[in-house]
Amino acid sequence: MRRAALPSAVTMPPETDAAPLVLEQLTRRFKIGKRVVVALDAVSATTAPGLVIGLIGPDGAGKTTLMRLVAGLLRADSGTIRVFGTDVAADPLKVQGMIAYMPQRFGLYEDLSVQENLDLYADLQGVAPEARAARYGALLHMTGLTAFTTRLAGKLSGGMKQKLGLACTLIQPPRLLLLDEPTVGVDPVSRRELWAIVDHLVRGQGMSVLLSTAYLDEAERCDEVLLLHEGKLIGAGKPSQFTQAMAGRSFQVRAANMSKRALQGALSRLPGVTDAIIQGEAVRMVLDAGINPGIVRESGLVDAVITQVPPRFEDRFIDLLKAKAAAMAIEPAPSANPPAAARAPAAQPGTEIEVSHLLKRFGDFCAVDDISFTVARGEIFGLLGANGAGKSTTFRMLCGLLPATSGSLQVGSFNLRTAAATARGRLGYMAQKFSLYGDLSVLQNLRFFSAAYGLSGAKRNARIDWALREFELAPMRDATSRDLPLGFKQRMALACALMHEPDVLFLDEPTSGVDPLARREFWQRINALADSGVTVLVTTHFMDEAEYCDRLVIMGQGKVLAEGTSESLKSACRDATHPDPSMEDAFVALIEADTARSAAQVRAA
Amino acid sequence: MKAGILMRLRGLIRKESLQILRDPSSIAIAFLLPAMLLLLFGYGVSLDAKHVALGIVVEQPSAAAASFTAQFSNSPYFAPRNFPSAAAAQTALSRETIMGFVWLRSDFARRVAARQDPDIGVYVDGINANNARLIENYVQQSWADWITSQADLAGASNPVPIAVEPRIWFNPAVSSRDYLVPGLIAVIMTLTGALLTALVIAREWERGTMEALMVTRVSMHEILISKIIPYFLLGMGGMAVSVTIAVFLFGVPLLGSLLVLTLAASLFMLASLGMGLLISTVAKNQFVAGQIAIITTFLPAFILSGFIFDVGSMPAPIQVITHIVAARYFVSILQSLFLAGTVWSVILPNLLALLLMAIFFLGAARLAARKRLD
Repeated sequence: MRRAALPSAVTMPPETDAAPLVLEQLTRRFKIGKRVVVALDAVSATTAPGLVIGLIGPDGAGKTTLMRLVAGLLRADSGTIRVFGTDVAADPLKVQGMIAYMPQRFGLYEDLSVQENLDLYADLQGVAPEARAARYGALLHMTGLTAFTTRLAGKLSGGMKQKLGLACTLIQPPRLLLLDEPTVGVDPVSRRELWAIVDHLVRGQGMSVLLSTAYLDEAERCDEVLLLHEGKLIGAGKPSQFTQAMAGRSFQVRAANMSKRALQGALSRLPGVTDAIIQGEAVRMVLDAGINPGIVRESGLVDAVITQVPPRFEDRFIDLLKAKAAAMAIEPAPSANPPAAARAPAAQPGTEIEVSHLLKRFGDFCAVDDISFTVARGEIFGLLGANGAGKSTTFRMLCGLLPATSGSLQVGSFNLRTAAATARGRLGYMAQKFSLYGDLSVLQNLRFFSAAYGLSGAKRNARIDWALREFELAPMRDATSRDLPLGFKQRMALACALMHEPDVLFLDEPTSGVDPLARREFWQRINALADSGVTVLVTTHFMDEAEYCDRLVIMGQGKVLAEGTSESLKSACRDATHPDPSMEDAFVALIEADTARSAAQVRAA
Repeated sequence: MKAGILMRLRGLIRKESLQILRDPSSIAIAFLLPAMLLLLFGYGVSLDAKHVALGIVVEQPSAAAASFTAQFSNSPYFAPRNFPSAAAAQTALSRETIMGFVWLRSDFARRVAARQDPDIGVYVDGINANNARLIENYVQQSWADWITSQADLAGASNPVPIAVEPRIWFNPAVSSRDYLVPGLIAVIMTLTGALLTALVIAREWERGTMEALMVTRVSMHEILISKIIPYFLLGMGGMAVSVTIAVFLFGVPLLGSLLVLTLAASLFMLASLGMGLLISTVAKNQFVAGQIAIITTFLPAFILSGFIFDVGSMPAPIQVITHIVAARYFVSILQSLFLAGTVWSVILPNLLALLLMAIFFLGAARLAARKRLD
């Protein structure tokens, strides 16, 4: 791990007794068109100095708004924020002198080099010229960018940009560091390196950090957590307090003579079960407080093998969300209503997608380098990899949008290289950011997409009715799609992709940043589709999403690094340091082995 | 504190300059586009009428008719074509193969000999008002000239007591290029000042770098100044290139003072930058910023500045509107400096107007720019 002590010449400002951050009844609304959105609703919190505070919540929870309010970029509608005792609204410049803020896209000038970016921020933060050499040296060493000072920031990889952004932010050590979703869109290896730097800053220099993230698994790396959902603070405290509340309620369930999807479906319908999700080959189940796991066997699943597992942060989040939904007397997730199959559930086994020796070159750069895999009919298959690993290129070739340089691609009985248009008619595609027409209503979007897929007349109306019914869009049929909540948009995007009853469904990071309840509901639909014989391909760099897949390949630098079920991939990297490896551990181990291998090749050559 | 401001300004200006140097589109807008527009207007577009297709209908050929129509054949402005009848000429006119025709009736020679006023029919296609006016004036002028020369030949007294002799001042060659090219400089500087500035700031919003800048100790003054200085220099550079092309390539005379030209250009540049900065506080993406800049600054500079269309001949309400177009004042100064010299009675009021506009737009931009996102 790259670590270096920052030069002692740069001293931290004298500590005061004041807490780094005090929020009191903080409220902020936005007007979007005619709609008023409450981004933050009476949020109060106080943080202790020298800690990493995690601001955790799904997209749209109000994380960025809170960050911007603290940074003095937005004004609160009501309530106050004090940073080390200074009211942000009263003296934003003084607060801005004490904090450093890294916005979501790192705030880098892509047409300036690494060194020029550092120079700019050193000038802006008033770093004395004589102190710069040492400061630059330490930051570049810490971020591993020493060899890249003349490279343009726009030409760096996502992980390197993120670290450069952090270096620029830290050029003058702040008392409070604000990081807005620093780990979004970067690969797990870079993510770990970033966490190592943050840990070092806090432990080594006593800096206070406020870090926002939508990855719930990152909560456990924070000292304290502020859990946001729909603008409300629904929990605050040490991550262990969140998980302790769930002690003895989390289990892993396996049933020998039952598919994992059937088991998950049965468990999630069981009263007393808070949550049941597929994790690898087993089902992870969380029970309501005071419920005995014996209810599983009592319900008729006699051969279920139940093992207690340690609770996760996400378990508590689900628990809180369900409690909140119950208090508001709203059906939390339509788990009692699994969507009907898109077709007769008589899926014959067989190969739906066959990729062999697929290669794609852009000039002398090999984006996809001789990959092969097959996907069975009705299987959920994952392509896991960091940005730039070749996932999207593979995906585009599979969709027939990009011609392959060489190799063969077969979808069903069609060769994509010779009959791309015919094959494409059997594919459904849901893009990452839900490529819907925001200005159109739900119904208009459905009409448009069904027409675009060539449906007409009675058939088209029948499919629109089906989509409105199955995806529970009917109440919102005339709402403008842009104003819909994220979960709704996602449902609608899926409905649009399924209008022409495709045999193969492509999902591009379908649930990144979506709140965990909506994510569960989404995967329930996907599971039902797979059971009905639809083959599902998912690209993702989210480890969570990988767990939902039947099988997956891990890609790195255009190559397939490993293939198998999530369990087999995880157990392959089990060793003394990782007795119970996570998907991320497996991923990082594979990437690091690959990097070491290519480095060895370079040395040998 | 003072050193801090200077350090921040230096850093920002250096960053801005590096970005300009590395971004081909800013170089293109500042230098390539001016050169292209100048070449287009200098060589391609001309408002002068030359070789206008003119029909001639002579019902009864005669010496008098031939001598009169010869004036058209000898003129560089016309390319005459003969038609047997007025009906044939009318058909040609409606097909736009000729721009107008002159109709000499069968009694032309008789009436001239009898010193009666012959009716000469002049029909012009009014769609092209410029050519129509030219034909009308020229036929009148030709008639006056011809009748005078006929009278001189006959040794008789002049039947037309007053001879009209037009004299054109300030652009003796009556070349449209000589007044279009100076006006074009105002349009070009609007592009760099308002359009380019609005675009680059919108880009900072789009890429999230503005957000990062705002959380540093930088004040809004410093951000604005760091944008104004490099783009001011870039715009003045574009102007220098344009003036050089105008004077040395097109031979447009520069009769006035270069110093006054620089002063006027500086004031105009500041007003343009002010507009660009003001637009960028409203428009936070490049598409909207570009649209607003074109509609509120570039098009008015083109249409309402008097660069192509004379302000004096616009309808009164439009004339009122032209007073809020900064380019109008600058075009007046430019045309005066290039074609007439340093005429202070024209230049001073326009300079004053530019000064007020520069103060107004820069001040408004400063008031509108907040170090916040809302």
